[in-house]
Amino acid sequence: MPSLCRDCLTRFQTGPRCPACGRPRILTHDELDTLTIAHMDCDAFYASVEKRDNRALRDKPVIIGGGRRGVVSTACYIARIRGVRSAMPMYQALKLCPEAVVVKGRMEVYAEVSRQVRALMDELTPLVEPLSLDEAFMDLGGTAKLHGAPPAVMLARLVKRMQDEIGISGSIGLSHNKFLAKIASDLDKPRGFSIIGKAETARFLAGKPVRLIWGVGQAMQTSLDKAGIRSFDDLLRWEKTDLIARFGSMGERLYHLARGEDFRRISARESVKSISKETTFSEDTADPDQLDGHLWRLSEQVSDRAKAKGLAGRTVTLKLKRADFSLISRRHALGDPTQMADRIYRTAHDLLVATGKGGPYRLIGVGISDLASADLADRSGDLLDPDAGKRAAAERAADAIRKKFGKDAILKGRALR
Amino acid sequence: MKISIERAALLKAVGQAQSVVERRNTIPILANVLIEAEGNTVSFRATDLDIEVVDKVPAMVERAGATTVSAVTLHEIVRKLPDGALVVLSEDGAAGRLTVEAGRSVFNLATLPKEDFPVMASAEYASNFAVPAPVLRRLFDKSKFAISTEETRYYLNGVYMHIADGDGGKMLRCVATDGHRLARIDAALPDGALEMPGVIVPRKTVGELRKLLDDDDMTIAVSVSETKIRFATPNLNLTSKVIDGTFPDYTRVIPMGNTRKLEVDASEFAKAVDRVATVSSERSRAVKLVLDEDKLTLSVNAPDSGAAVEELAVAYGDEHLEIGFNAKYLLEIASQVDRENAVFLFNSAGDPTLMREGNDTSAVYVVMPMRV
Repeated sequence: MPSLCRDCLTRFQTGPRCPACGRPRILTHDELDTLTIAHMDCDAFYASVEKRDNRALRDKPVIIGGGRRGVVSTACYIARIRGVRSAMPMYQALKLCPEAVVVKGRMEVYAEVSRQVRALMDELTPLVEPLSLDEAFMDLGGTAKLHGAPPAVMLARLVKRMQDEIGISGSIGLSHNKFLAKIASDLDKPRGFSIIGKAETARFLAGKPVRLIWGVGQAMQTSLDKAGIRSFDDLLRWEKTDLIARFGSMGERLYHLARGEDFRRISARESVKSISKETTFSEDTADPDQLDGHLWRLSEQVSDRAKAKGLAGRTVTLKLKRADFSLISRRHALGDPTQMADRIYRTAHDLLVATGKGGPYRLIGVGISDLASADLADRSGDLLDPDAGKRAAAERAADAIRKKFGKDAILKGRALR
Repeated sequence: MKISIERAALLKAVGQAQSVVERRNTIPILANVLIEAEGNTVSFRATDLDIEVVDKVPAMVERAGATTVSAVTLHEIVRKLPDGALVVLSEDGAAGRLTVEAGRSVFNLATLPKEDFPVMASAEYASNFAVPAPVLRRLFDKSKFAISTEETRYYLNGVYMHIADGDGGKMLRCVATDGHRLARIDAALPDGALEMPGVIVPRKTVGELRKLLDDDDMTIAVSVSETKIRFATPNLNLTSKVIDGTFPDYTRVIPMGNTRKLEVDASEFAKAVDRVATVSSERSRAVKLVLDEDKLTLSVNAPDSGAAVEELAVAYGDEHLEIGFNAKYLLEIASQVDRENAVFLFNSAGDPTLMREGNDTSAVYVVMPMRV
């Protein structure tokens, strides 16, 4: 059976150790040379970056997340052993692991590292579909000739380079479609490399729970439970038409997934659908001034991001979370797309006023969606708001000043509330 | 109740009723039309709580009475009956059914008690006056395209009808705007209208009103209060709440100092705009106007799909100007011009542009330019 040493990338026929370097990290699989769809997932990404940059954290449990009231965004593997999980409320995480070092995330650094990883992936194939900062699908079909090596070798080299050149580790799933590749990357974390071949697909899925399916959340799980579907074997007993009748388009997908089939293509098209920012308050608030101050700062952040990406949104969304965690979401469609902080803020402000005297709230968020290219943005003025043009000019001038003298070189008084 | 009524008259009345009733409706009675028969007329009343329409139709009333049935269902039935049919509507209070008979067809419709039907409270009108149908038609037809659909600025979701100082003294004026374009239409002040409070007539009311205005010889009795407006013909009464809000001060929006004058054949202009806009598939397509002496060049440049240029001979004597507009807005205002040339008055590429028909200032339009 074809085998590959993950350390020195030597290829050979079956053996417990690499004949070249003698190390035991060996991949052996019948379809090693033919599978082309991969999923790469960085291991505890934010935590790994923090450990890379701060030696003192290396052997300590590290949790990335914000504030006393925030949630865990990433936990390192040491913390995970103690039961800490992503999205867990921070107080609960600290109860499980009191000695954990909590680090406030440095998103700019993570984004930069993510760009470096992305650059390495781009060297393998033009078909890279990022899912988030730390994971991506890759289609390496047809690249074997170009690289002079099958995808498995190139992927093993990718994680090796990530480790050597960037200093973070990742896990690879290699299979014949996205669904299985994504499952595979998770099988053997961290520093994993798992393969699910065509021949063993049915055997692999047999008896596995349906929640393995990416996108099956709590609600879907419940309705599947009601239909008596817990494992893939249960799914196999259903006719396609019955699944569609019961679950709609998801039913058809379930039918195929149960057979290890997934026809989605890997699309390299960057598909940002919305830009949003939110903040959780350290204490619940109903104070309109305070909410308004947050609204401005968030609008400015959304605007900064839109300007950096050359995007603009036709819809502005305001999000509020009440003290009891119930969510309010209000949206407003603008006539033409915008990327100006002033318009985003004014629209969100009107939405906030329209929600009336509510609260107290624990979270406020602002976002833009229905995105368009920046050169379509803010092209026409408002007859009824003749000062809008002047405010837009002022914002552009302030942007120019910030670009030259730094982010805090000029602030609106509103930002200080 | 038992009445016989000619199909065409019934169709018109029920048609009016079903367009007023709310489609997605949680209160069942609001989907119904109230039919009241007395003497030799039948009245059909429908409401969505904001608008109420009462249509009186002559009929043979055998037995007076009243009931309510689904406006949409009755309309569908009558619509499908053969032309010229005589329709008999009969109701026997106990069964709770309305029987519709025409020729060999018999329908039984569920009714709801007439007592449950909400009748709009009559208002004290501050002002009553009469306006010929063609005058009202012009006021609303020429302004309604500019009504905003934006819900956050609800006070723009209608036509602002009020008394204003125009070129010939006090005028009856309609204004609508959505912040991108504005229409201001004037008509001679009708007798008795001077004291009329300014009201914002909602978009839906404007649509319903339009159906009363087709007959050139008709005179419409208009009654206005702070909260309601009523349009009446001998057979039909349309009462509507007005939008509870303040219409913005539009006068400062209308540019008075624009001096760069372009005169162009409106229909040639509209066709050219329409043609060049074809190459762009964006939702807000921008058309660039380049003006030189007696020459207008229209162009659209859509990087993804293509480009188009067209030249028009025009009357223009000012200096070179480049200005962009949303193609849809240009088309809409150009299509308001029906007698003379369109006259555009520009200031700069960033300032609102004014358009009117020849030298007629009783209808002016303002449109905001777009960066191109």
